[in-house]
Amino acid sequence: MDAMPKWADVLLVPLISIVIAFFFSGLVILAIGENPIDAIRTMIQGSLTSSYGWGYTLYYTTNFIFTGLAVSVAFHARMFNIGGEGQAMLGGLGVAMVCLALPWPHWTLALPAALLGGALFGALWAAIPAYLQAARGSHIVITTIMFNFIAFSVLNYLLVNVFKPPGSMDPATAVFPPGTALPRFSDILGVFGIPFSAAPPVNVSFFVAILACFGVWLLMWRTRLGYEIRAFGHSESAAVYAGISPFKITMVAMLISGALAGAMAINNVMGESQRLVMNAVEGAGFIGIAVALMGRSHPVGVFLAALLFGFLYQGGAELSLWTNIPRELIVVIQALVILFTGALDNMVRMPIERAFLAARRRRKAREAGLGKTEPAE
Amino acid sequence: MALDADTAGRPSPAAPDQTAPAIELRGISKAFGPVQANKDISIRVMPGTIHGIIGENGAGKSTLMSILYGFYKADAGEIFINGQKTEIPDSQSAIRSGIGMVFQHFKLVENFTVLENIILGVEDGAMLRPSLAKARKTLKDLAAEYELNVDPDAVIEDLSVGHQQRVEILKALYRQAQILILDEPTGVLTPAEADQLFRILARLKEEGKTIILITHKLREIMDATDTVSVMRRGEMTATVKTSETSPEQLAELMVGRKVLLEIEKQPAAPGRMVLEVENLQVIDDQGVERLKGVSLHVRAGEILGISGVAGNGQTELLEVLGGITKGTGSVRINGEEIDLTGKHSDGRTRRHRGIAHVPEDRQREGLIMDFFAWENACFGYHDDPSYNRGMLTDNDAIRGDTEKKIEKFDIRPANCWLTAKNFSGGNQQKIVVAREMERNPEILLVGQPTRGVDIGAIEFIHKQIVALRDAGSAVLLVSVELDEILSLSDRIAVMFDGRIMGERLPVETDERELGLLMAGVDKVPAGVSEVEAVEANLDAAAREG
Amino acid sequence: MDLILPVLDTTVRLAIPLLFACLAGLFSERAGIFDIGLEGKMLAAAFFSAALAAVTGSVWLGLLAGIAASITLSAIHGIASITFRGNQLISGVAINFLAAGLTVLIAQDWFQQGGRTPSLIGGARFETIDLPFAEALSGVPIFGQIYADLISGHTILVYVGFLCVPLTWWILFRTRFGLRLRAVGENPAAVDTAGISVVWLRFAAVGICGILCGLAGAYLATGLQAGFVKDMSSGRGFIALAALIFAKWRPWYALYATLLFGFLQALSLRPDVVELIFRVPMPVQFLDALPYILTVVILAGFVGKAIPPKAGGEPYVKER
Repeated sequence: MDAMPKWADVLLVPLISIVIAFFFSGLVILAIGENPIDAIRTMIQGSLTSSYGWGYTLYYTTNFIFTGLAVSVAFHARMFNIGGEGQAMLGGLGVAMVCLALPWPHWTLALPAALLGGALFGALWAAIPAYLQAARGSHIVITTIMFNFIAFSVLNYLLVNVFKPPGSMDPATAVFPPGTALPRFSDILGVFGIPFSAAPPVNVSFFVAILACFGVWLLMWRTRLGYEIRAFGHSESAAVYAGISPFKITMVAMLISGALAGAMAINNVMGESQRLVMNAVEGAGFIGIAVALMGRSHPVGVFLAALLFGFLYQGGAELSLWTNIPRELIVVIQALVILFTGALDNMVRMPIERAFLAARRRRKAREAGLGKTEPAE
Repeated sequence: MALDADTAGRPSPAAPDQTAPAIELRGISKAFGPVQANKDISIRVMPGTIHGIIGENGAGKSTLMSILYGFYKADAGEIFINGQKTEIPDSQSAIRSGIGMVFQHFKLVENFTVLENIILGVEDGAMLRPSLAKARKTLKDLAAEYELNVDPDAVIEDLSVGHQQRVEILKALYRQAQILILDEPTGVLTPAEADQLFRILARLKEEGKTIILITHKLREIMDATDTVSVMRRGEMTATVKTSETSPEQLAELMVGRKVLLEIEKQPAAPGRMVLEVENLQVIDDQGVERLKGVSLHVRAGEILGISGVAGNGQTELLEVLGGITKGTGSVRINGEEIDLTGKHSDGRTRRHRGIAHVPEDRQREGLIMDFFAWENACFGYHDDPSYNRGMLTDNDAIRGDTEKKIEKFDIRPANCWLTAKNFSGGNQQKIVVAREMERNPEILLVGQPTRGVDIGAIEFIHKQIVALRDAGSAVLLVSVELDEILSLSDRIAVMFDGRIMGERLPVETDERELGLLMAGVDKVPAGVSEVEAVEANLDAAAREG
Repeated sequence: MDLILPVLDTTVRLAIPLLFACLAGLFSERAGIFDIGLEGKMLAAAFFSAALAAVTGSVWLGLLAGIAASITLSAIHGIASITFRGNQLISGVAINFLAAGLTVLIAQDWFQQGGRTPSLIGGARFETIDLPFAEALSGVPIFGQIYADLISGHTILVYVGFLCVPLTWWILFRTRFGLRLRAVGENPAAVDTAGISVVWLRFAAVGICGILCGLAGAYLATGLQAGFVKDMSSGRGFIALAALIFAKWRPWYALYATLLFGFLQALSLRPDVVELIFRVPMPVQFLDALPYILTVVILAGFVGKAIPPKAGGEPYVKER
């Protein structure tokens, strides 16, 4: 018998963990001599009280949905893909190459092609660590981290030596052709006459991200492949017994994971900067870890967690603008969320389980007192 | 704990008071989460006796003794050692009170030597050298005194299981244990080794030591113990003198009703040849030869039982036939050769060829413990067309099918939305058995079908296996329980060290003969006792592996 | 000789932080606790040692502060993975981010220099030590040169690092503590039933890991460099882990492995030497990535059958 009901497991425990993580974040803000309440007010004001703020919040949310899903899919196969950052970088390269390859006439044609390009490059970058894990037993955590560093060098080399337009000083590609510009929320909502700030980069990719959530849900819980990935993640020995190939699942799960991370580039590269720059990913690959952990690797959870981190990210940017708190605060919050929802999960879970057990025992005792008996287990 | 070499193995200074019980437990209770493992248990064991504790799987025997050894902490209750109330919050305190325990799964560090394992936790001083030297000397004395010979410098993983058990006993004696608890000690031994263990226990008893023997084997209780306690569902149902009880009475006390100790089955009517195995070999990842040329055959409508001590290649035999590991040699199903090494040599292709497989370890292989019952009920068959609709899985169909299996196999609780870990051992096994049997396979591979299963489920599963045989399937049964092999099989093959030592008909053989075969002894050479022959063989095999 | 000696000299200096971190990981993993948080602990130690050294002018106070910071993070890892039996990988990742964020946050708060410490000068840095007769022998070809340029002239922490290798070996294989430590990484149940506290032993191992990571970080900021800059550990913690696997969890092999990785890092600093060897110009980005690429290659190709401590990464759960 489970110690506590399902709702407590999926809602109560993560919620309490997040509250604790935020409490400690507040302490950190206090420790560097700032007022946490003011900080929260600034964050909310800057991210949730205007269409401008919401625009940025949802833009970041889109990034984190992709990387959160990427980490989640790997988690389901019991693999820890810390390489989302590098995969998203390479995904940017794929998107840029697609966008620069043709004078695209319209974004409806460019978007699917770019999506494919980004996903393909992200998947390829994940494929090498996946193969090394599946065939050579290399520790995937270490190899994916190494591949983040390598991705940085590769991109740096390509931007400086290959893609930089002549005469430019920036390590960045040329600006994409106008046909690749994705409609922003101001354009989309404008059709319905709803005003939305034109400044923030939130764009149609947000809906692609939501589709990706649905797609991952369908994959994991409604297809044979998802079933096999989950089975493998829970028990490799049982998977082998059932005839599920560990090599195949390791490869496929990491390819999907890398593809999702790479697909993020339609948002930040195609949707926002319209060219590929060095630091386009901005740590979104790493935030995906916190998002996946907090969202319990379920697409609905990932969506909600991504929204929260979108708010934090935009709020953090506002903070660094108006106060002395640097943007790195978001890294600290992210670390605390990972710590409390991931590593210290039992610290929250065990007392709650005990409370539910005690409540059940009391109920049983009361029922026994009334002369009712439960059938034996 | 300071230990003086001169007193090791001899009665500790506080000599037991002969009138007080060596051990007395009063009102011990223990719950693991929602499961009540021990309910208000009281027991008294007099010094210098062998006391048996018998009960079904999950009755709470091991939990109770682990509490006495300080491995678990009781929720309630008191412990008295030699009449003195004693707190045992951890194993350190248990050791200090003169208690030693040999767990069912040995607690040895496998890549350490015997000596290192012996001194672990009772080293003298911060440096290892003097401790090791002293332990070497003490060990020699103990070995001579109790006939417990082991090479002090051997690494544990190179020792036979029987010798590993000796190390565990030596560990307890080195810590000057006066009370020795053994949890299912014979499960991993050949009958000859088990006999020798009981001689050692008798010897220890003569020395005045108190021994508690946990087992589920009625015969061991009848042969070896002075008194016996019976446990059922976490409760102590009776404590009696062994001389005043009978196996039938104990069985009834264990289960709470009369038990059929025999399986009703008609003589087999073997039909066409279904499974032919020739010269099958398996080499594992470490390069060790696990199967050394096994040949056997099973016809439709017969059960071939494979007997042997665990670890002699039975696992690999099932795994290679089930597609889990690769091997070389020839395996034919209905006369058709199957691929043993290729890319598609896996569980999925084997199922398509009509091989169903109830694995030895249901929690590690047969089930995904965190999956719902319905997700487990299609495991391995999830690519079957009836479970799928186009690209997507047809979860309603799978659940409907599961409901039917739950009803037919009387799986309780009858709820396909429970995860596997929420079922009892017996019901977990029924989920696996239902899944593998429901498709009337050509061949059923069954490993340890009743390990960790209650008697009710054992009877049910045995009946199902016989029914499947009668319906025309070929059954290959692997079990370490001799009783199970003898009562279910139509033919018996005995495995030792990766080979088949011989084949016998159940009516023409007995436990003694099978026991010798299990130790690889075909014929006992002249001038050598059976035990010596067995030991020599087992040592040689362990060194080689 | 004139070409290779400077490279080898750099090799030694770059190998030292890796060596400290690798031995740190060795203690932790031998006790059954995986630690991918080496990186974060180094980073935190680097910052706090540099910060305290900058404020007080004493490198020794800095060293203590660095070790204290590292031990604090170790304690978090211990609480998560030992006390609450959490996932050790996730805990390590959290610690890495925590260190990456907090160091910049605090650096900005204390020094307002964009997340770095002021440059360390004088007593706020570890000075190099000239071994006796180094000057006199430097004229002697080969041996004298090696003694004067390669062996002499390092900071005290370099020599401490090398001494840690035999010390680690001796602790692990010759003492009671070492026996128990190795046992708890192989089979914690054996340790538990022998009456020894698994929790205590593992915390001790994690604590030693913290001290060694503290030395690694302090050396980075106060020995190798003159101050802290953002993310200055730059993957060394992970490379140390790769070296640990390559070294099969043995102290002497750890020395050889970290020297190898140190050599690779030294090469990447000397494009001229690399070009001289391979006779082709190397893009600077390739040289930057070289240590990481080779880490992957070595992990994939040469590890062979490295058998990690059997109970590694798994929390010890007694309940059934």
